Amino acid sequence: MSAPAGRTTLLDARAIAAALDRMAREIMLLAGDPARLVLVGIQRRGVELADRVGVILERQHGAPVPRGALDITLYRDDLHEIGPRPVIGETRLPGDLDGKVVVIVDDVLFTGRTIRAALDQIADFGRPARIGLCVLIDRGGRELPIQADIVGQSVAAGPRDRVDVSLSEVDGRDSVDLVRSAAP
Amino acid sequence: MTLALGKDLIGLEYLSPEQIRLILDTAEPFKEVSERAIKKVPTLRGQTIVNLFYEASTRTRTSFEFAEKRLSADTVNIAAQGSSIQKGETLVDTARNLEAMRIDMVVVRHPSSGAAQFLAERINSNVINAGDGKHEHPTQGLLDLLTVRDKVGKIAGTRVCICGDILHSRVARSNIWGLLKLGAEVAVCGPQSLLPRHIEQLGVTVFRRIEEAIAWADVLNVLRLQLERMNAGFIPSLREYYRVFGVTAERLARAPRPLVILHPGPINRGVEIDSQVADGPHSVILHQVTNGVAVRMAVLYLLAGGRPDLAEAAKGGREGGE
Repeated sequence: MSAPAGRTTLLDARAIAAALDRMAREIMLLAGDPARLVLVGIQRRGVELADRVGVILERQHGAPVPRGALDITLYRDDLHEIGPRPVIGETRLPGDLDGKVVVIVDDVLFTGRTIRAALDQIADFGRPARIGLCVLIDRGGRELPIQADIVGQSVAAGPRDRVDVSLSEVDGRDSVDLVRSAAP
Repeated sequence: MTLALGKDLIGLEYLSPEQIRLILDTAEPFKEVSERAIKKVPTLRGQTIVNLFYEASTRTRTSFEFAEKRLSADTVNIAAQGSSIQKGETLVDTARNLEAMRIDMVVVRHPSSGAAQFLAERINSNVINAGDGKHEHPTQGLLDLLTVRDKVGKIAGTRVCICGDILHSRVARSNIWGLLKLGAEVAVCGPQSLLPRHIEQLGVTVFRRIEEAIAWADVLNVLRLQLERMNAGFIPSLREYYRVFGVTAERLARAPRPLVILHPGPINRGVEIDSQVADGPHSVILHQVTNGVAVRMAVLYLLAGGRPDLAEAAKGGREGGE
């Protein structure tokens, strides 16, 4: 393993909070009617982000925003390549999705394969009127024709670089760091 | 340390405590899949699984088949009755012919102890033991462990007594291995003629009277008394067995604490257990059946990955959400 060539902070705690406020506003514009909105976070940090956005929206609109969680492990297309994941997270979706505006929330959008799997999984639970995608970081590098509707911040990361999203609920602090790979 | 299971599941004797815990933890999310309106995930799409049953089975075969189908595998059932096995084809020849049709896994039940291991060493497909003679029935052991964990809240330190025909029981053997590895206190109770000699050497307590077992245990795992044992002279009569060893409501009423009652099925009502207990509040028999599907999904999923090196690599570090 080569040592990381450098770590730069893309977003600190305050910048993450500001980004989430803006993303919450854009989610409302996308959903139109708050009563139709369902936020679905992707395990693991997408769930925490969906929860934070949900809290912001509930404060602004005074009505509960239903939230769900998806673990897409069982919908991956590379089981035979990577082997089974050690632990599969919880999948729970709130009630009937038919006719709802489902907004998928994830921390980082990279190849798009996670979102492809999430779309397949949501289709097995119901038929939303619309599905949107909201990510904190779009790092480029797509392998599928999938784009986010709402993006906190875009960054051009190389295929071997790492984007580390740390959230206080999971990691004890809020920050987004880009770790450039030393390897060519 | 690798946590992956390797190619086959032959018995709980051959697994580490960490591997057993991995299967139980993996079974948890699969419980939820069976509660969905569409009880299916695409995980094993394109995998072909053969259920090769040389002994009659309803529960285990159906449970495996549900597990396979809910993971989107393609399945074929072969029963000894009405197949080329009746024409004298050997186990290995049957399996090699199936492999020539490009299968990925074989779930095998066989009356001979060691048949699953024998097969696993001779074919490339994953082999899952669904019961081999008097040796092991690992997925039954696993679903019993999961049920104990669900109902008692933990396995370590829990007192589990396995009651009945221990001598001929692969379920007993898988339970003893799994429970001991996860730190449970294990006892057996049954007539002298149906207890293996020197079983204490495994670290198991022996009770000669069911009343003593009930006074000691948190959990009773009541085994089915196979009726052919009576004809072979192991017990004098079924009525006698029920009178001395039957798990009855009267006996349970004298227990110092509420007991959890497991039974692998099929039940002989009024022989090893009375109906009042089997259908009563202590019985978790149907919860066992539900857990059976989840545990088998977990085993299929973990074996299908099959590449421990890559599984380890995938675990290393976060991947930034993808």
